[in-house]
Amino acid sequence: MAGTWGRFNITALVLGFAFLYLPILLLVIYSFNESRLVTVWAGFSTRWYVSLFSNRGLMDAAWVTARVAFISATVATVLGTMAAVALTRYTRFRGRLLFSGMVFAPLVMPEVITGLSLLLLFVAIGFDRGFMTVTLAHITFSMCFVAVVVQSRLVSFDRSLEEAAMDLGATPLRAFFQVTLPIILPAVISGWMLAFTLSLDDLVIASFTSGPGATTLPMKIYSQVRLGVTPEINAVCTILIGIVTLGVIAASVVNKRREVRRQREERLAFAG
Amino acid sequence: MRKLVSGLGGRAVIAVPYLWLFIFFLVPFFIVLKISLSQVTIAIPPYIPVFNWQDGLAGFFQKLGALSLDNYLWLADDPLYVNAYLSSLRIAAVSTLLTLLVGYPLAYGMARAPLAVRPILLMMVILPFWTSFLIRVYAWIGILKPEGLLNQFLMFLGIIDQPLVIANTTTAVYIGIVYSYLPFMVLPLYATLEKMDYSLIEAAEDLGCTPLAAFWKITFPLSLAGVLAGCMLVFIPAVGEFVIPDLLGGSGTLMIGKTLWNEFFANRDWPVSSAVAIVLLLILVLPIVYFQRAQARAQERAG
Repeated sequence: MAGTWGRFNITALVLGFAFLYLPILLLVIYSFNESRLVTVWAGFSTRWYVSLFSNRGLMDAAWVTARVAFISATVATVLGTMAAVALTRYTRFRGRLLFSGMVFAPLVMPEVITGLSLLLLFVAIGFDRGFMTVTLAHITFSMCFVAVVVQSRLVSFDRSLEEAAMDLGATPLRAFFQVTLPIILPAVISGWMLAFTLSLDDLVIASFTSGPGATTLPMKIYSQVRLGVTPEINAVCTILIGIVTLGVIAASVVNKRREVRRQREERLAFAG
Repeated sequence: MRKLVSGLGGRAVIAVPYLWLFIFFLVPFFIVLKISLSQVTIAIPPYIPVFNWQDGLAGFFQKLGALSLDNYLWLADDPLYVNAYLSSLRIAAVSTLLTLLVGYPLAYGMARAPLAVRPILLMMVILPFWTSFLIRVYAWIGILKPEGLLNQFLMFLGIIDQPLVIANTTTAVYIGIVYSYLPFMVLPLYATLEKMDYSLIEAAEDLGCTPLAAFWKITFPLSLAGVLAGCMLVFIPAVGEFVIPDLLGGSGTLMIGKTLWNEFFANRDWPVSSAVAIVLLLILVLPIVYFQRAQARAQERAG
């Protein structure tokens, strides 16, 4: 059945989405508030955005966060895609149960445990805490999210395509890069984006594993929030929300275009 | 039939992520366990090492005698920790139930919406999940505090004359958890509800079932897999939650994630915070194993 708009369903949707979006919307609106008091509207102003860019500590933290997120998302995407391929294409190997356990457990593991355990590892092997350790920690937990996203695409993938490529003489590596990867690319890209935003977002694990000189933006936001709600923080949050929203929308538009083009090519191929 | 993963390349595909997770996920737990059995000291790092690779086998056995369960006895002895565990479990359970109550109608509405708008609705549920967790919790501070937007609004409507005290209470923690984890509940619920065959309900209603009875007898039992998956995805991380109780909860809100954080950052007691982590892990190991089994089963069905 195609589904219809019932009165109950519409009410549930409207209330549900109002609950999800209203807090974020209010936060964005009040970032343009003239008053220092976050809850009293005193007219439109962009002064908090201006003061933001002269806040040295915040800008430094933003730069650290951007680099950590970029590097960790890229490495996590490679490792996570490999893990996904291993889990879907290799149904039997020694220690597979442990492997799938290690891939799924970090998804629900409380962050305080992951953070503490990684910190103790870095101390035990004598790594200096800083940029490097935060990046390693972020790679570790975000690669599991990438693996799940890519895996969900790989299971619905027509495996005979890569078999055909290999029967025609392609090496497994070449078959992967020329046949499999282009098809699963949308999932790989959304995996990368997920890893990027997870890293951008993380407070707890970064607080444990970071050291002097590697304060990330969430750590900075957190220490300021503890002192009280300020419009400046609203402004930072609004910029972050803007970046993420644009990224997600752009990615979905690109995916949609690719999908349409692929379908057209398939039709042409069958017609020809 | 040739396989994509074969030979050396195939082995590397397994070995590299395997090794990475082994070193950075599994080994750290044993280090936490080790340190939880050692004594605190004023040094850098602030604990007396239990085992040392340099000691050799003789040293190993000698140190084995020095292992102490003191930190665990300390946890069991101090009602603060016991209460923090119990109250974390209670808060997580109540919030999971509330998330289910809020998430189910939303997922149901999405699954019954016209086919063309479903992807847009799905995107709208996922989008807040992409925006920072910290930001979403922070947004609620401005709404819930005594002079905040919710109280202003309710007083403007004349529903209340005194501001409600919600900020820095356990109620605020419930709101925070429901809000932050809602997408985790809605997505698995939507996935099962969307696949459901709604002609079953039509048949039940044709045979004289009221819509409500049809829901309890058909829809809900058929969506049980999604309900369980959603509850696990909310409950397990919520037990160890730190940011929400810290920013929205008050001094009366005891949660173990916050206790661990304070033990580590304020008291610098690494052995006790490790013991706190190990006990938390033991509490969560059953739901985590259950979650993994369910994931693996779902994966096999799909593949």
